[in-house]
Order: sequence, then C-alpha cells, then structure tokens
Amino acid sequence: MASLASVPEVDRQHEGVRSEALAAVILVAFLAAAPFMLYPVFVMKALCFALFACAFNLLIGYVGLLSFGHALFFGWASYLTAYAAQSWAMPPGIAIIIGTATAAALGIVAGLVAIRRQGIYFAMITLALAQMMYLVALRAKLTGGEDGIQLPSRGRLFGVFDLNNELTMYAFVAIVVLAALLLIYRIINSPFGEVLKAIRENELRCVSLGYRTERYKLVAFVLSATLAGLAGSLKAILFQLASLTDVHWTMSGEVVLMTLVGGLGTIFGPVVGAFFIVAMENYLAPFGQWVLVIQGIIFVACVLTFRRGIVGELAHWLRVKL
Amino acid sequence: MFEIFGIPSQALFGQLLLGLINGSFYALLSLGLAVIFGMLNIINFTHGAQYMMGAFLAYLLLHYLGIGYWAALVVVPILVGATGIVIERFLLQRLRGLDHLYGLLLTFGLALIIEGVFRNYYGANGQAYEMPDALTGGHNLGFMFLPNYRAWVIVFSLVVCFGTWFAIEQTRLGSYLRAATENPTLVRAFGINVPRMVTLTYGFGVGLAGLAGVMAAPIYNVSPQMGSDIIIVVFAVVVIGGMGSIMGAILTGFALGIVEGLTKVFFPEASSTVIFAIMIVVLLARPTGLFGRGI
Amino acid sequence: MRRPTGALAAGLTMTVAVFLSAAAARADDIQVKLGVLTDMSSLYADDTGPGSVAAAKLAVQDFNPAAHGMKVDIISADHQNKPDIGANIARQWFDTQNVDAILDVPNSGVALAVSEVVREKNKVFLVSGAAISDLTGPKCSPNTIHWTYDTWMLANGTGKAVVKTGGDTWFFITADYAFGHALERDTTAVIQANGGKVLGSVSVPLNNQDFSSFLLQAQQSKAKIIGLANAGGDTINSIKQGAEFGITAGGQHFAGLLVFIGDVEAMGLKVAQGLVLTETFYWDMNDATRAWTKRWQVDRPGKFPTMNQAGVYSATLHYLKAVAALKSANDGKAVVDEMKKMPTDDPLFGKGIVRADGRKIHPAYLFQVKSPAESKYPGDDYILKATIPADEAFRPMKDDHCPLVTN
Repeated sequence: MASLASVPEVDRQHEGVRSEALAAVILVAFLAAAPFMLYPVFVMKALCFALFACAFNLLIGYVGLLSFGHALFFGWASYLTAYAAQSWAMPPGIAIIIGTATAAALGIVAGLVAIRRQGIYFAMITLALAQMMYLVALRAKLTGGEDGIQLPSRGRLFGVFDLNNELTMYAFVAIVVLAALLLIYRIINSPFGEVLKAIRENELRCVSLGYRTERYKLVAFVLSATLAGLAGSLKAILFQLASLTDVHWTMSGEVVLMTLVGGLGTIFGPVVGAFFIVAMENYLAPFGQWVLVIQGIIFVACVLTFRRGIVGELAHWLRVKL
Repeated sequence: MFEIFGIPSQALFGQLLLGLINGSFYALLSLGLAVIFGMLNIINFTHGAQYMMGAFLAYLLLHYLGIGYWAALVVVPILVGATGIVIERFLLQRLRGLDHLYGLLLTFGLALIIEGVFRNYYGANGQAYEMPDALTGGHNLGFMFLPNYRAWVIVFSLVVCFGTWFAIEQTRLGSYLRAATENPTLVRAFGINVPRMVTLTYGFGVGLAGLAGVMAAPIYNVSPQMGSDIIIVVFAVVVIGGMGSIMGAILTGFALGIVEGLTKVFFPEASSTVIFAIMIVVLLARPTGLFGRGI
Repeated sequence: MRRPTGALAAGLTMTVAVFLSAAAARADDIQVKLGVLTDMSSLYADDTGPGSVAAAKLAVQDFNPAAHGMKVDIISADHQNKPDIGANIARQWFDTQNVDAILDVPNSGVALAVSEVVREKNKVFLVSGAAISDLTGPKCSPNTIHWTYDTWMLANGTGKAVVKTGGDTWFFITADYAFGHALERDTTAVIQANGGKVLGSVSVPLNNQDFSSFLLQAQQSKAKIIGLANAGGDTINSIKQGAEFGITAGGQHFAGLLVFIGDVEAMGLKVAQGLVLTETFYWDMNDATRAWTKRWQVDRPGKFPTMNQAGVYSATLHYLKAVAALKSANDGKAVVDEMKKMPTDDPLFGKGIVRADGRKIHPAYLFQVKSPAESKYPGDDYILKATIPADEAFRPMKDDHCPLVTN
C-alpha cells in the first residue's frame, strides 16, 4: 500500500545537503529581519505553529502515521505551562520544561494505546483520545474550563531576560524553534530515522529484517508529542493564555492542514505551511466564519491536486531535497 | 415510584430513556459509517456535517416551503443522499487507488466547508424546529414520564437499523454489495456495475445521516456544530464495535447510549468521557473491536 | 482672449488656503478609536453583537466630535466567546491599530482576559456585556469600568424577590464558566441570607443545545425553584425544553437570573410569561428611552435594545466627555480617573456616578414578563414591579475585596 508521503528520495546526498543548507540560511535570514518588518507577535505565533507542524510531520512524513489528535499534546502542554507559571509561580524556563514533560508523558500513554492499530484506525483513535482529553479540559478545575488560564506577565527567563519585551521574547522563540528544527533534522537523518522511513515504506519487510517496529513507532510518537508540547508551551508564554481552543479537534485539523499545504515529508514544508495558514487566518479574520470554509477548500484542493504541498512541489520542480 | 441503588426510579429510567435516544442516533450514524466503510474503505468524516445538513434542510423546508416533518422524513434523506452521490462521483472517485488516509482528509475538508457555510448564515446559534403535532406531549407511566416524540425516535431508529441490516445481510442486492466489497473485479466480471453500486452505497449511507438529522431536529436544536459534536463520539463507537459488521455497529451504538445514560445517573462528571474510556479498554484488550473481523 | 489668470490664481489660493486650514484642523484634532469587541455569531449575538455597535455609533453621533475638536472612529470584531480570540484581538488592536478603548465584551471569561491586556497596555475597558462581579471585586483594575449590571445586582434583584415570594428551595443549572459560577455563587449567598436552601446544582457546557438530562436532574431534586445561572441562548433552551418534560406542570418554577428582552422576544410571551427578571434599562420606560430606541431601530429593525446595548451607548458618551475634558485619550488610567470624577448623565440611565472601584451606579428595576393578553404592541413585554434605588442595587464597596479601594 503506497504510503502517504513517499517523496522519492533523490539519490544525490551532497546536493540534498546543499539545498537544505541553503534553505536553512534563507530561513534564518528571514527570521532575523522579520521582527523589524512584520508584527513580531504574528511571526512568533507562526514560529510556534511551525514547530507544532514539524513535530506532527515527523510522524506522518517519516513514519507514515496520521495523528488526528495532536492538539492533545499541544494544548495540555500549554495548560501545564500556564498553570505552573501562574499557580506555582515558576519562571518561564521551568514552566516550559514542565509543559513539555507533560506532553511527553501523555505521548507515552497515548502511544501505547494508539500504536496498536495503523492507518485509518490510528487516525480515529488519536482523534478520540484527543477529544476525551478535550472533554476533561472542559470540566477540570486545573484548566479553568471555558475561561482558560491567564498569566499576568511572561516572566523573566533565567531571571535575566525580560520576556515582556517583544524583541527579547522573539529572540527566545526563534532560537528555541530553530534548535528544535535542527533536532528534527538530525533525527530524520540518523540511523533511527532511516528505520522509520523503512517502516513507512514497508513495515512487514522491516519486521522480517528483525526490527521491533512497535518500539520504533512508539519512540517516534513520543518524540513528536514532546516537540508538539514544546510548541504549545512556547505559545502559552507568548500569549499569556492557555485555553480550550488549544485542545479542540479543530486545532488538530489545523496542524494537518499546515503540513499538507506546506508539504508532507519535507523538512521545511511544515514551516512554510504554518506561516501560510497563520497569515491567511490573520488576513481573513474580519470575515469570520469564512476562514473555516477556506480551510476546507484548501484541504480538498490539496488532497485532489496538490498533494506534494508548496515545498514539495518546489523540491520536485527543482529536483532537490527540501 | 421506587428506588434502585438509592436512585429514584424516575431519575434512573428518565436518564436511561435519554441514553437510549442518544444510542439511537449513535446507532444510525455508525450504521451509515459502517456501510460506507464496508464498500469504499473510506472513513466518511463528512458524516457529521451531512447529519447537520439533514437537520437544517428539515428546518429550511418547514420555514420557507411549509413542508412539515413527515414529508421531510422522506424528502431530506433523498436530498442529502443526492449530495453524497455528487461528492462520491466527482471527488472521492479520484482518490481510488491512493492511500485511504487521503479519503479521510478529503472528507474532513468537506466537513469544514459545509460547517463553515452554515455557520456563516446561522452563527453558532441553534434554530428551533417545532415538534410535529401528532407527537407532542407524553405519558406519565408512573415510574417515569415518557415524551411521545422520544419514544417515536427509538422505535423508528430500530426499524431503520434492522431494515438496513436485513437488506444488506439477507437480500440478493445486499449479497452483491458484500461480494463487491470482497472482490470487485470478479463481481464486475459478472456484469454488475460496481462503480455505480459504490456511488449509490455512499449515497445511501449519507442519506442515513440525513435521516438522523431530521429526527434530531425537534429535540436537539438545529445548529451548525451539531454534527462535529457528535461525529467524534460516533468514531469511538465505531472503533469499539469494529468496522466489519453492520449488526455490530447497531448493537454497539444502542449499548453505548445506554451506558452513557447510566453513567449520567451514577457518575455524572464522567458521562461525556465514558465512551472514550471504554474505547481505550477495548483497544487494549481486543484491538479489532468487539465485533470486528480485523484489518 | 483674456487670460483668466487673476481669477485662476485667486481660486487656487483660496483652495490651497482651505486645504491648509482643514489639514491644520485635522492635525489638531484628537484622534480617538473605539473597538466594540462582542459576540457576533453565537448565543449572545442578539443581546449584544451588532446592536452594541449601533449603540456606540449613536453615542458618537450625540457627542458630536467635531464640536470638541475630536475625530472618533469605531471598529468592531467577533470574539466568538473564546478568551484567546478576544485577548488576541485586543492585543492586536492596541499594538497595530491604535485603539484607545474597548467596549462591550459579553462573556465574563473573555472580559477577564481582555481586562488584563487593557491593564498591561494602559488603555480603557468599558465593560457593558459581561456580568461577573469580580470585575469590581478581586479582579478590579484602574483601567476598567464595569457598566450596566453585574451578577451581584442580579442575585439581589431577582434572587431576593423569588426567595421572598416563597421560593426557598433551589436547584441550579449553571453555565460552566466564569459568569455562571459567579452568578450561582452570588445568588446562593442571597438565598441563604434569606432563609432558603440550595438543594443541588449541575454545570452545563456553554452554548449547550440539549438540556434534557440536566432538567431531569433538576426535576429529581424536587426543588421549588430551578435557578438558571446562564444567559442568552442557554436560558432560552432551558426554558423551552423544560416545557417538554412537564417541569412547570409538576409544580416547579424557573428563575431566569439573567434574561434580556431579546430572549423574551425569542421565546415568545406564551413561554416567557410570568418570568421575574432584573434589568437596568427598558426601552419603554419613558419618552427619552423610547425616542432613543426609535433611532437605534433604524439599524436593527424589528428588534428591541437590551440593557447591554444601552450600556454601550452610555459608557461611550461618558468616555468621550472625559477625553474631551482631558484633551487626550493616550493615558487610559487618567481617562478612567476623569470618568470617576465626573457624574454621569444620559437619557437612558439618568444620573449616576462611577465609583472608585470602577462600578457604575444607577437604579435597577424588577420586571415581570407580561402574558400575551396583557401585551398591547410589539415589545410591550414588561410590567415594572419594583425599583431598587441606586445605592442599594450594587454591592457595597466595603464588600468588594478590590485592591484599588484601600481598606
């Protein structure tokens, strides 16, 4: 069964590294200039979602598992970060670590349940698990339900950097997200990553070669969940608010959309997709509910005719790896 | 009035009745999903939105054309089923041969479009749909108060569910359907138009969703998000029941509705999540679902 | 041919002079931007929403900015009852659109979130739509004024009246967010202070469509009064579905703790008759309110203004007067202090004041919904049962626990 994101591997390793390195340089240059050209909060929001989408892409693009419930990790990490910062008066660095650790723990539990099935079942199970935790968030005292958790201030990072200053916060977010992207890149291009790609192409053959594929899938799942949690934690500090929107199934759908639009199974696809979708929502905000319709149209269009996504098409056209 | 486990019978049977009604909707919707999945191997995420369309069409027919509930019960499923046929013929068919997950993504996108369009015109508010006169009121049975309309919902759902099961499992047309699921090429060789059967099956499954929508209109407010709220629960129902069997979908739907109702009596805080908790347990113990044949 | 250079030159000079003076005037004009942040699409849309925007526009019209050397713009947005959307819109409005004051904000959860953003950016927040009494209590802010009403006022109006007429056992159906919990809390205090008992309560998600299982629980409790600590679409659904289960036939009564005229119109008098409610504005009170309603209905034909929408008008007018007195809108806290110094006066609420804790004070009215037979014309929905004077209608400052009020 052809897997979802079989981007044909271009058998030119050096050229692959060259094109990816060039793209990385362009990205860093853009991010360095961005806060002076655009509204910094917008860029930071896009960066958080870029990380979220990259984490999601790790699972679908490189293992072939479509998780429809990634908001679970994103949202609950954001809740725990906000809760730690507010009720336990933790500094932002510690709060983010707590949030990310929560996502990792949830990833282990959810992974153990969900990895048992594949394909469509896996998608539905992740969706159902996320919905269950949404309903828990709705009622739990910890999350503040409909009202969410609000932070009066972003706090001081390491006791030194005042994150309420937009540029300082921007530098922090950009560095963390770039570091995480680098981590993902290293994971994908490691021996572990090669096994994941092999599982995506033909799991049975992998098993016959002696690999414990269940273990590999679980580790990938937990990694994906943890990085999604990191994105959620950053977002909680950025907006000083954790709310039900972050755990709702529409959030899970949005990250799928971003990755699909950007390009499944590419390194930079999710980043481009995230910026595109966040910009689109910003631009269309005055038009209220049309955002939902347009998101749906983009989904349908992408699935029917634009399966490689923006970066995927670009990579295909230029015959490089991105 | 008597008491069971310290709960007054009025409360217990009242919640059980509500649970049975929820179960009727779960059964109808998971039946539609099972039929579609059986034929097309596609998870129809649009199912919730099509259920919502059914309810809205009933509302619009009443308010703009004066067409009442009884006529809507017949007309609406046909209309909604027709939209399903259009979707299958022009969109889903292009995904034949691709990974099934693309079908999920496409139907998800369609669900967003449909819900977004209705939200634009109706906001997130519910519209009221009057109950048909013949079914208003209720009977006081002594141990509980039974509203007539809700009793009708249960009876009619049972009829539709078992009617569908009978048609698929016991008739010749049903046997063609089941054969085409297992080996479409061979069935085509017998001269049966398989693509058309697939299209019509999708339309039928979607029509079931529309029918459920009409039935829901008088008791649940007609609102654009009514579909997305219920569809994820129905997914859990379907995972628990296992997607292979029609009877499995029906039984699981009703059973889980009852379980939910009982939970509301004894442990109300858990009532919204109990179905998902059961799903986790079933997945750990029997991954293919209670009635599933394994995939 | 004579070249009309003379006339041309004179004409050009005059035109230039006019432009220069107009530009000069514009440069001197104080620019004020108001943002109406409200619910445009969900359960509170009819009671606030576009009607609030219409009310704000009327206030700007009546204030006549040109006469004060000011220029006033109004923008609006839909917060969809989500605190994150509301807070983000507020933040973006302040950062990128130079908004000076935010108006309305129904939904107490969103209001609490927005209040923090307003405080951080030192702008002004005039809450007309949200009810949570904490906005002048533990969550009070030097940048926020709570207009129109709050949960304490509702509890002491409707709650007290219902208990005094024999409704001494209660069961609450509560909207599960800040507003519902605050309303339940404040009303419980009133019930207990007047010798009543609360037999139980159930929390319901916001914008819930099916109340049947909660109504069953209320029925099971055998409480005389089913207190609806919810509003807008939720209240309408609770009451309508209650009829289906024979609630009132069984001897229990609904107490609508927050009911707007928009809800009464949506339910119809047949369903809503007899409901007791507390509001601070009724369109048919006197000639001034009737005249204003006629002007408002130009934008909203067939509808009747609620107290929230009237509150947006009153708050906007008073704000603009304060800005005119200070000749600047930049320092939010200063404008709010000025608004507290000046007494208020408008055709809708009459004379009133803004207290040190940010609470706007005016009288409250206890109404009862008319039966279809008693209603003579569209919108003739209420009978005035009692007037609660301004100094009794709202919580005394000493009970606030507001950090702004030193003691």
